[in-house]
Amino acid sequence: MSERLPHGSGRLAGPRPFPDAAVVELGKPQLRANLHKATHTIRNKRARVVDELPDWEKLRLAGSAIKSDVMARLPELLVQFEAAATAAGATVHWARDAAEACEVVTGLVRETGADEVVKVKSMATQEIELNEALEAAGITATETDLAELIVQLNDDQPSHILVPAIHYNRSQIRDIFTERMGDAPAGLTDEPRVLAEAARLHLRRKFLSSKVAISGANFAVAETGTLVVLESEGNGRMCLTLPETLISVVGVEKLLPSFTDLEVFLQLLPRSSTGERMNPYTSMWTGVTPGDGPQNVHIVLIDNGRSATLADEVGRQALHCIRCSACMNVCPVYERVGGHAYQSVYPGPIGAILSPQMTGVSASGVSSTLPFASTLCGACYDVCPVRINIPEVLVHLRQEAVDAHRGKPSAERTAMKAMGWVMGDRRRYARALRAARAGSAPLAAVLRRRKVRRLPWPMSAWTASRDAPLPATETFRDWWRRTR
Amino acid sequence: MRIALFVTCVNDLLYPDTGKAVVRLLERLGHQVDFPEAQTCCGQMHANSGYRDEAVPLVRGFVEAFDRYDAVVAPSGSCVAMVRESYPRLVPEAAGIAERVYELSELLVDVLGVTDVGASFPYRVTYHPTCHGLRMLRLGDKPLRLLRAVEGLELVPLPGAEECCGFGGTFALKNSDVSTAMLADKCAAICDTGADVIAAADNSCLAHIGGGLSRRGAPVRVMHYAEILGGGS
Ligand code: SF4
Repeated sequence: MSERLPHGSGRLAGPRPFPDAAVVELGKPQLRANLHKATHTIRNKRARVVDELPDWEKLRLAGSAIKSDVMARLPELLVQFEAAATAAGATVHWARDAAEACEVVTGLVRETGADEVVKVKSMATQEIELNEALEAAGITATETDLAELIVQLNDDQPSHILVPAIHYNRSQIRDIFTERMGDAPAGLTDEPRVLAEAARLHLRRKFLSSKVAISGANFAVAETGTLVVLESEGNGRMCLTLPETLISVVGVEKLLPSFTDLEVFLQLLPRSSTGERMNPYTSMWTGVTPGDGPQNVHIVLIDNGRSATLADEVGRQALHCIRCSACMNVCPVYERVGGHAYQSVYPGPIGAILSPQMTGVSASGVSSTLPFASTLCGACYDVCPVRINIPEVLVHLRQEAVDAHRGKPSAERTAMKAMGWVMGDRRRYARALRAARAGSAPLAAVLRRRKVRRLPWPMSAWTASRDAPLPATETFRDWWRRTR
Repeated sequence: MRIALFVTCVNDLLYPDTGKAVVRLLERLGHQVDFPEAQTCCGQMHANSGYRDEAVPLVRGFVEAFDRYDAVVAPSGSCVAMVRESYPRLVPEAAGIAERVYELSELLVDVLGVTDVGASFPYRVTYHPTCHGLRMLRLGDKPLRLLRAVEGLELVPLPGAEECCGFGGTFALKNSDVSTAMLADKCAAICDTGADVIAAADNSCLAHIGGGLSRRGAPVRVMHYAEILGGGS
């Protein structure tokens, strides 16, 4: 069913299968150390502030219920949102995919005559590769979120949805500033306060001169047409209030039915993402307020594969995501490889279920390998503030990936089928156990221990780093038969 | 109480001592244990790897083998999690039996109400709570309560215990390098405890951990906790 709806484009998938991309990242010890330190710090902080709330589980249930309701009546809520935002003085645009969204935004900036814009940190604009589109149109975009700025200055890609520069440590950031910022003060140290001050001075000029700001939104309230942005630095608020024109790119799944629903999410999000009890800067705006803030307000609603995702009954829960990043901060796979191996703006556990759905699981490259990039350990599901059952969706997508290739020869399928056939019958199964035991007995006798150091393919992947057990001298069922 | 043992295919072939320990333990506690020979495999590997069609006959086979029992015990957190979480979705008729299948510590602590099983084991032991036992079955401290009651056993905490060892079934093969990186951290944490034995509720995770420890030449013994509980005093 999901095949019938258009898939998304933009920065959602890359060409390399996940295991290949992961190997490259695993070979970077500095990256591993940075990630270990950062993910453990945030995850512990989150755990502390979540544990102190007696009604956390109820909040999660409420968050999940509200999002399910949104997905069940998304078309109706979108129309309601458009009407409310338009009535409040905003102009609402619709974009099917990344290219269309970039075209709309570029056109809007051009209309203002501006050749530079300031940007509020936003996943949606990263997803549609807006900065590149603007650059091609001769418009300079400056990221104002400190971490996004670091990544942008270094011509790099974000590797985390909340902390895009999580893969750098302080001294690496100092080097990037010194070499690339242009106006970095001499003798910059790697103290966080000094680095933040350097960025502040660098950005101030931009805030004062820019006539256009571009943002995303964490939430869009259907009832009132209000957009909501949460951030920690206050730079976002500068962008949202100072320029004449404000253009916000918003995924259609960001809707909430009513203003009071924010009560739930403004509790869930800060504790899950930054580990703070309350968010430092929460900005809300509803269309245009005459004489106050931007007077030219645009909202670009993007689909880009979201409808295709919504069509999948099991997989659609991925659209509930509020981009808190808690799942990647606890993910043992993300912790080892970082965000770039996922080759999408959405890395980690949520990326492993969201990106392949937006692009289509059977797309070549990383997409069909992402559902397998997990041990199904369940740590992500435990922390997700909107209770997205990520392991369940992973297994569901594995099924889809396997089904997409049914009929094509594959050693794995042959093995799985053979094992299914053997295990489907007790006699065949008992015979196979005995054969496995007998077959390995000579080897065990030679080795005089029940471990092997090297096995042929595909088990060679196992014995590359681990010894493998050999069958026991007598199976359990033979022992039972013999002694009972 | 008459209890059926679901030994699991991995234990049947590779770790029969775990099955024997469960039988010994339950009989020592005065219960009758049955081993329905029609049992084979729960189908977890198939289902979790995306081969639902191949898993369904195994689910039906499981229902046939065990449906007549009031309680089924399995010395494997992940196989029990498979039955409880996935069976009702794969085969609706399996919902009934899914509720009567217990991981060993659930059967002992929740159903039979025992924590001191009269075992003795004079060693330093650390415990790895495997992911499915921890987060799907929510075993909590049940296995630890059982181990603490064992005479002579010194339980030492495992730092980062709740973190996955990197096994994940076919993940260990498909994403072998990431798996190996996770395993390295787990092995280091285990060695740092200075324990004689690393115990867990799942022999497949232990095969992974044990394979890593033995490759490093670490002098830590790997044991299913059922084998510790099954040892008499
Ligand atoms: S999936 Fe859940 S935990 Fe992960 S980023 Fe989204 S809301 Fe947060």
